[in-house]
Amino acid sequence: MKVIVNGDPREVPEDATVASVVGDVTSATTGIAVALNDEVVRRAEWTATPLREADRLEVLTAVQGG
Amino acid sequence: MIQREDERRVNETGTAVRADPLADSDPFVIAGETFGSRLIMGTGGAPSMRTLEDALVASGTRLTTVAMRRVDPSVQGSVLDVLRRRDITVLPNTAGCFTAGEAVLTAKLAREALGTSWVKLEVIADERTLLPDPIELVDAAEQLVDNGFIVLPYTNDDPVLARRLEQIGCAAVMPLGSPIGSGLGIRNPHNIELIVEQAGVPVVLDAGIGTASDAALAMELGCDAVLLATAVTRAQAPARMAAAMRHAVEAGRLARLAGRIPKRRYAQASSPWQGLSTA
Repeated sequence: MKVIVNGDPREVPEDATVASVVGDVTSATTGIAVALNDEVVRRAEWTATPLREADRLEVLTAVQGG
Repeated sequence: MIQREDERRVNETGTAVRADPLADSDPFVIAGETFGSRLIMGTGGAPSMRTLEDALVASGTRLTTVAMRRVDPSVQGSVLDVLRRRDITVLPNTAGCFTAGEAVLTAKLAREALGTSWVKLEVIADERTLLPDPIELVDAAEQLVDNGFIVLPYTNDDPVLARRLEQIGCAAVMPLGSPIGSGLGIRNPHNIELIVEQAGVPVVLDAGIGTASDAALAMELGCDAVLLATAVTRAQAPARMAAAMRHAVEAGRLARLAGRIPKRRYAQASSPWQGLSTA
């Protein structure tokens, strides 16, 4: 199925979860936060949160700014 | 110049004003947290992580902002590593947000990623001026305070808006001196004084600082701290400018506590007239 990850379309397996896609995007394990369709998904819920067709996933971290 | 109650007390006891203005006698406290420096730094604009780290150390800052952005696997090294190594408290911002909704989501993501409920709330109106949108700002501040955040709003130099933000429950107010990155200094010192006079929470002069004298002026006007980034990170020698800012903030704070002389229209001799030779 196709989902949108950080603004770009991405083909993922039917059983993809937030955790599996985050793992594809970054190897970082700390300092990362995820929003699924504009709602924060707590880290503890990543593995138990399945993705659906056309979901929008944002994977963010802290960068230089301000 | 009208001083606030806390400053007057420090002056009258006499002993409280010591050589080191940032020692125990004059702590800088936001939301119950004490910081050993009145210079809050931003991290944007530094040419390299090494340059940034040197500048942060030279500035003496204890609280420093970061932005939240999409992960970029090609980027090596993290600003978080620098802050952790230097034991500097991280303050996530909501830079780049144009609506209350965007800012609230960004703050929640920052809380999740960084484990802090502190946020520098920034809701801008347009890219050309980067001026705060007061309507969206108040909306976002209310939502975040309700959600348990420690909210430090970047605001216009408007005393009425600053008062509203304090009433909502913001932990500080952070009026701009002039637009972000402009280096135009403090365009309306009178408004900054009005904000300081009425504020019951710390006032942080945020944005527009160009050079050390701007930072000193902010403190002389009675601000509790200064937040700056560009003036240091885009200076020709960032670490040197960071040291200058550190001294300026300390000098301005000392001058504020010391109580400046009134301005006079004519001269007042500093040498005695008595005993003058008339030969």
